[in-house]
Amino acid sequence: MLPSRAMTGKAVGRSVPRREADAKLRGQARYVGDVTMPGMLHGATVRSQVARGRLRAIHFGPEVRWDEYVVVTAADIIAAGGVNTVALIVDHDQPALVGIGDIIAHREEPVVLLAHPDPHALEPARRAIRLEVEPLPAVLTLDDALAARTVVYGEDNVIKSYGIDKGDVDAAFAAAEVVSEGVYETGAQEQLYIENNGMIGALEGDVVTVWGSMQCPYYVQKGLMKCFGVGPERARVVQLETGGGFGGKEEYPSILGIHVALLARKAGRPVRILYDRGEDMAATTKRHPSRTRVRSAARRDGTLTALDIDFVLDGGAYATLSQVVLSRGTIHAAGPYSVANVRVRGRAMATSTPPHGAFRGFGAPQSIFALERHLDEVAHKLGLTPEALRRKNFVTKGGELATGQLVRDDIDLGALLGSALALADWERKRTDIAAERARSGAPLRRRGLGLATFLHGTGFTGSGEKYLASVVGVEGMADGRVRVLASSTEIGQGTQTVFAQIAADALGVDMADVEVATPDTRDVPNSGPTVASRTCTIVGKLVETAAHTLRARLVAAGLLPADGGGDLRAAVQRHLATLGPLRALAQYEAPPYVKWDEGAFRGDAYGAYSWGVYVAEVEVDMLTYEARVLDFVAAQEVGRVIHPVLATGQIEGGVAQGIGWALYENVVWRDGVMSNNRMTDYIMPTSEDIPPIRVLFAEAPYPYGPFGAKGIGELPMDGPAPAILNAIEDALGVSIRRIPATPEVIMDAVEGAGASNGDGAGAGAGVAGAGVAGAA
Amino acid sequence: MRSRVEDFELVRPRDLGDALARLAAEPSLRPLAGGTDVMVLLAAGKLPWKRLIDIWGLVELRGIEVQPATVTLGALTTFSEVQEHALLQGELPLLGRAGAETGGPAIQNRGTIGGNIANASPAADTPPALLAYDAEVELASAAGRRWVRYRSFHTGYKTTVMQPGELITRVRLARGAGRVHFYRKVGPRRAQAISKVCFAGVATLAAGRVSDVGIALGGVAPVVLPCAQTEAALRGLSLAELAGALAGATATLSAEIAPIDDIRSTARYRRRVAENLLGAFVAEISARG
Ligand SMILES: Cc1cc2nc3c(=O)[nH]c(=O)nc-3n(C[C@H](O)[C@H](O)[C@H](O)COP(=O)(O)OP(=O)(O)OC[C@H]3O[C@@H](n4cnc5c(N)ncnc54)[C@H](O)[C@@H]3O)c2cc1C
Repeated sequence: MLPSRAMTGKAVGRSVPRREADAKLRGQARYVGDVTMPGMLHGATVRSQVARGRLRAIHFGPEVRWDEYVVVTAADIIAAGGVNTVALIVDHDQPALVGIGDIIAHREEPVVLLAHPDPHALEPARRAIRLEVEPLPAVLTLDDALAARTVVYGEDNVIKSYGIDKGDVDAAFAAAEVVSEGVYETGAQEQLYIENNGMIGALEGDVVTVWGSMQCPYYVQKGLMKCFGVGPERARVVQLETGGGFGGKEEYPSILGIHVALLARKAGRPVRILYDRGEDMAATTKRHPSRTRVRSAARRDGTLTALDIDFVLDGGAYATLSQVVLSRGTIHAAGPYSVANVRVRGRAMATSTPPHGAFRGFGAPQSIFALERHLDEVAHKLGLTPEALRRKNFVTKGGELATGQLVRDDIDLGALLGSALALADWERKRTDIAAERARSGAPLRRRGLGLATFLHGTGFTGSGEKYLASVVGVEGMADGRVRVLASSTEIGQGTQTVFAQIAADALGVDMADVEVATPDTRDVPNSGPTVASRTCTIVGKLVETAAHTLRARLVAAGLLPADGGGDLRAAVQRHLATLGPLRALAQYEAPPYVKWDEGAFRGDAYGAYSWGVYVAEVEVDMLTYEARVLDFVAAQEVGRVIHPVLATGQIEGGVAQGIGWALYENVVWRDGVMSNNRMTDYIMPTSEDIPPIRVLFAEAPYPYGPFGAKGIGELPMDGPAPAILNAIEDALGVSIRRIPATPEVIMDAVEGAGASNGDGAGAGAGVAGAGVAGAA
Repeated sequence: MRSRVEDFELVRPRDLGDALARLAAEPSLRPLAGGTDVMVLLAAGKLPWKRLIDIWGLVELRGIEVQPATVTLGALTTFSEVQEHALLQGELPLLGRAGAETGGPAIQNRGTIGGNIANASPAADTPPALLAYDAEVELASAAGRRWVRYRSFHTGYKTTVMQPGELITRVRLARGAGRVHFYRKVGPRRAQAISKVCFAGVATLAAGRVSDVGIALGGVAPVVLPCAQTEAALRGLSLAELAGALAGATATLSAEIAPIDDIRSTARYRRRVAENLLGAFVAEISARG
């Protein structure tokens, strides 16, 4: 892999019009709900309805004419010689459908699939199916999972564990001047993309094909291949216009893809399943809830000498992606600090809820929340400002992170912090707030300021990118333009635009000369999943490399001048006419310095990091305990910014989503399932609740990203929650250690109510029980 | 959409008389006004009524009429119309404030006062204002018309004094100037939210005393709740006595309401916020005195 030339083209760095926008703005973009096929049936899913049990029988009520329906059960998979599984990272994890005699591991397990020409005929049929289930004890809380009196996974409910060990933590604690400790909890969060999950399946000859809303076409293909027992040439996956994903369409479409394909095979006709919002919210994945115990040792001057972190995720009923979410969360747990002695224990536990899964940030927001909340408590204890404590401990270029990775990024966190505080008008607001506090006895509103500093690894963790070995192609087309071939999906973030910018500048042509193919596993190579902030920096780099290779070929053939310039269209056409097809591929190679030891969890966890300093100003209404974010500053170093408007949009969107996670979005669990699975009751902030978000980019080009770009998509999810909760502590003088900090939680914190709260949903169980104490 | 629209029938009456006649002949017919509650049930597959009567076009149920001592609102008056009306803004401003916090513009253009009352949600936002103003509601059927005090309209969770075959036709409020008005909707976010607690208060001051006071809350009982005992605890007090009486009045309020834990909030939270809002209302009265 060659470092990018730090050259500037015509497209990169400019906010060119977004390619995807035109069709969307004109209402011409066609989502799966807009697509019908001749003879298409409508499908629906019958789900388990018990948190845990063994399926004994399926009864089809006499009130329905079943011969009108296509009915698929697990038996159909087996009868066709397939394997009843949804292959993801692990081949045998969750079944595609629960079969008779099998374990039901959560309330939303698919058991029967139905299809009918009339979509309205599905609901009565769904209700006419009765499942006979032998109930089994379920594990409904993280505490129960940890206690392991009831075991629902493996021997002890542990799906996966990881550890980081650096230095001598015990000795550091023994010698510590100040020890602090706290337990921090984060709730589940629903991705709440605008478009629910939906897919169409059909048989094209002997090829199983699915079309739909997704992030990762090759994941869906892998699932189809395993379940249907076919090779890649007989499983085709095509992405349709996708209305958002945020991780929620990373793994779930693998299940849905199998379902529509099973129905289509049995029906001999195309079948479409569209989830409605209620089903999508209850049955599909959400952000892993977490609980993190942070213990720190510090000198009185604020130098952190040791961190001892126990990081626990609730993985839900199956392994799915929990192991990789856990690894990212574990690695990010120690933050952007240089601490000599670090121990992190990460565990993903199984419970009897639908599996938790990918969501922007992928474990990092959870562990970063814990550390950044904890550091404010430590600062208060030491009589330092939060910014002073962080300055004292920031890792610098050449410094060492928890895994022993040396920082190569050209990062100056102190300077980034300075810029963020200046933009936030931190000092003046501090003074104003101090004056307000001095004035009135019991003000109706209390203001506070908070910040969080953090990092986010670019691309897959550890050896992930090496293992994926992604490939991107660039090919010449008959009209002389070139086409980028990648399986990376456009899901609202601007993939097509950014790839076209990169390819155009690498080739030295106009963006109009570049087309970006729609992902279709028949036509595009596997450039990996659209996840992990990797599309621009990792896949974009491959686009750049493939484009350079294509150009070099034309130069070698004497069709373009070696020193740049020339008429690419003419050169491509001449190549096609005289020399045949023109296609260049690029495959991922790690930067040469990257060394990762998966067993010891040591080394270069990521090729690079993006870095952030976020500042929140919050006001708490003392009549209603509502916290409102008044102002927000998001400063980050992300390498080269390819498209300023899109990049800013990513930050603003991530901050809004972070505000939702911090203050509003509360998944209410009843019997192992989300009971507020409606947008009326699952409260996502609206524009009325989101403050002005002021975005600042520092750019230190990363030699192994395209034109210097690093990852950006997930970073903005990491900072808002701790910055906001730190501001709430500043406003109220009490530390709240759990999110969402709904008004109910804040009220209990203000009143020091402890766990005496009812089981009311607004507050979640246990409210501020562990939450409302200063550092121990 | 979990319902099949073809399974439902909508009858469209010529005028109010026709509507009442049809309702008399078929008391299970259910009115459809703005449809903002009905359509939610339809989409969720939970609309229990197969036959509906569309009253949206009945001009007899529209319009805001101002008389010397009262204002009368047709049952089909929308939240938008309420907000735009100058006299309501001046004399009965809680209605417009509630309207402005009901859903978003689309809902405000379509949702009606009559529908808000008849739907009988304990978390509805305009009813507390109507209760605080001690409104009256006119019910009509083929047999005739009657006025009922709104304070006796809701009899229990989703039950009312309305008889089969009756329609809400009008709402009447007494006019008044120079009063202290207080309204606070507390939902889980700033817009498009169902109330956790909603507080409406109105006070008339005369000769340095609270000569009359109306207080009603949403979200704290099975019905939108007029708080007669709390009102009694404040009525007649001099402004100087108010602060001292607050603790007692708060205890009275706390005993009067019956909030619960549910999917949207906790009983503790609703109770504490209701108490705090009473304090804020009393502070506002004192400040205006
Ligand atoms: C997105 C959204 C947001 C909302 N936000 C709020 C909010 O913030 N606050 C709030 O209070 N409400 C809210 N609502 C609920 C709803 O808008 C109100 O209750 C509205 O006032 C209902 O009026 P309508 O004319 O649309 O009633 P409809 O839906 O037509 O009818 C509702 C019920 O009342 C009956 N009915 C209607 N008119 C009469 C009549 N004249 N006589 C007898 N019975 C009648 C109907 O038969 C039906 O049972 C919201 C609804 C939606 C969809």
